[in-house]
Amino acid sequence: MRNVFLFIRKYSNFLLFLLLQIIALSFLFRYNKYHEAAFMNVAGEFTGRINQRYSKVEYYFRLKKINEQLAAENEHLNQLRKENFESTDGNKKSVLDTVQTDSVREIRKYTWMGATVVGSTVNTQVNFITIHLGSLQDVHPNMGVVSPQGIVGTVVNVSDNYASVMTLLHRQYKVVVKLKNGGDRGTVEWDGISPMFVTLKDIPKSAKIQIGDTVVTSPTSSLFPGNLTVGTIAEIVDDKSSNFYTLKIKPATNFFNIEYVYVIANSQYLEQKRLEDSTRKKFQ
Amino acid sequence: MSELLKNIFRFVLFIFVQVFILFKMPPLHRFITPYLYYLYILWLPFSMSRASLMGVAFLFGLSLDYFMHTPGLHAAACVLIAYLRPFVVNMLISQEGAEKNYLSPSITSMGWAPYFTYVFVLTLFHHGYLVFLEWMSFGSFLYFIGKVIATTGISMLLILLTELLFFRKEKFRTNTV
Repeated sequence: MRNVFLFIRKYSNFLLFLLLQIIALSFLFRYNKYHEAAFMNVAGEFTGRINQRYSKVEYYFRLKKINEQLAAENEHLNQLRKENFESTDGNKKSVLDTVQTDSVREIRKYTWMGATVVGSTVNTQVNFITIHLGSLQDVHPNMGVVSPQGIVGTVVNVSDNYASVMTLLHRQYKVVVKLKNGGDRGTVEWDGISPMFVTLKDIPKSAKIQIGDTVVTSPTSSLFPGNLTVGTIAEIVDDKSSNFYTLKIKPATNFFNIEYVYVIANSQYLEQKRLEDSTRKKFQ
Repeated sequence: MSELLKNIFRFVLFIFVQVFILFKMPPLHRFITPYLYYLYILWLPFSMSRASLMGVAFLFGLSLDYFMHTPGLHAAACVLIAYLRPFVVNMLISQEGAEKNYLSPSITSMGWAPYFTYVFVLTLFHHGYLVFLEWMSFGSFLYFIGKVIATTGISMLLILLTELLFFRKEKFRTNTV
C-alpha cells in the first residue's frame, strides 16, 4: 500500500497530465459524436453574449451589404404578389366557403423565424455560427437555417437565448439536395479545401448537368422546405471509374458577411424521424 | 501591476485576439490557421509548479474551445505543452539557476536562440497534437503534415512579431540563489 502512495506521489504530475488529457478528449469525442458537451449550454450563453457585443460593432461596417441583400429579397417577394397576376377568365368569382372543416385546407408544416448572427467562423475545418435565438424562443436542435440567399446549415446546440448552427462549411455536415433541372438527388458535404466551394456527390451520370445549373433543397431532407437555393454548379469532376458525378458547388450564401438568417421549424420533424427510426429498427 | 493581475489580463486578451482578430481573418489556404493564443502558456512564470501550469493551460484551452465549439480540442493541446514546458526549459536554459534570476521565459532571460528554440519545439508539439486530433475525425496524412508545417511557420512569424512589438523588459532579480 505504501508503495502505491509513493508511486502516486512520484508520478503525480504525469498522472494529472493523463487525467486532464482524458477529460479533454472525452469532451471532444463526445461532442463530435452527439454534439452535446459538458457545460456547452452554460458556456454557449456566455460566449454568445460576448460575441453579440462584438458583432454590434462589426454590424455597422456591413450595413450597406445588408441593405442590398434585403432590397433584393423584397424585390423577389414583391414579384410573387397576387396583384401581379391577372386571371384570364373574367367570369371567375371566388366564393368564401363557410364550412369550417375544409378538406383542401393546407396545414402549415414549416415556420420561419428571423434571427441575427452574433458570431461566425469560416477559416477552420469545423465552422459554426451563433445566432441570437434559443430554447426560450422555441429553437431546438435539428432545425434548418437559411440566409436570404440560400441555405446555411442546421442547429446543433441551444442555450437559453443562443443557438449554435453547424454550417455547410463543417467537415461532418451533410444535407440531401436535388438539381433544380431534372430533380436528381445527391448529398452536399464539404471537403475542407476552400470555403468558397462545397462538394455535391451521388448525382447519377444519367442526369443532364451544365456548369451554372442551380442546386436546390430537397424536401426529403426534412430540415428544409423544397426548392430553396443551395448554390450553383461551378465545376464538374468526371470520375470515369464511378457511375456518379462529383460536382463542385458554389454556395449561394456568402458565409463571410452573413448577418441575418431564418430558422425553419418543421412541425412534423419529430413524427417523421420517429417513423423512420422505427422502420429502420424493424428491419435490422 | 502584480504578476497575477497581469496574467489574468493576458488570459482574456489572448483569447479575444485569437477569437476576434485571428479567426476573423479571411482564410488564405486550408493548411493555414493563424494560431497565437498558446503564447500565453509560454509566457507564464518560471516559478509556477507543473501541476498549476497544467491546470491553467486546461482552463485556458477550454475557454477558447467554448468560443470555437470544439470542447476539449485546444485544451488537450495546451495541457500537453504545459506538461512538456519544464523539460524544454531545463534543457535550454543557459546556466544553472538562470530561471531563478528572471521571472518568465523571454528573449532577455534566455537569449535569442534558446528562446526561439523553446518556442519552436512547443509550437511543433502544440500544432502536431492539435492537427493529429483533427486528423482522427477527418483528413489525410498529407493534410496532417502540410497543416503542421504551414501553421507552425505562420505561428512562428506571429510570435516573432509579437515579441518585437511588445518587448517584455525582464528585471534581473538576484543572482544569489
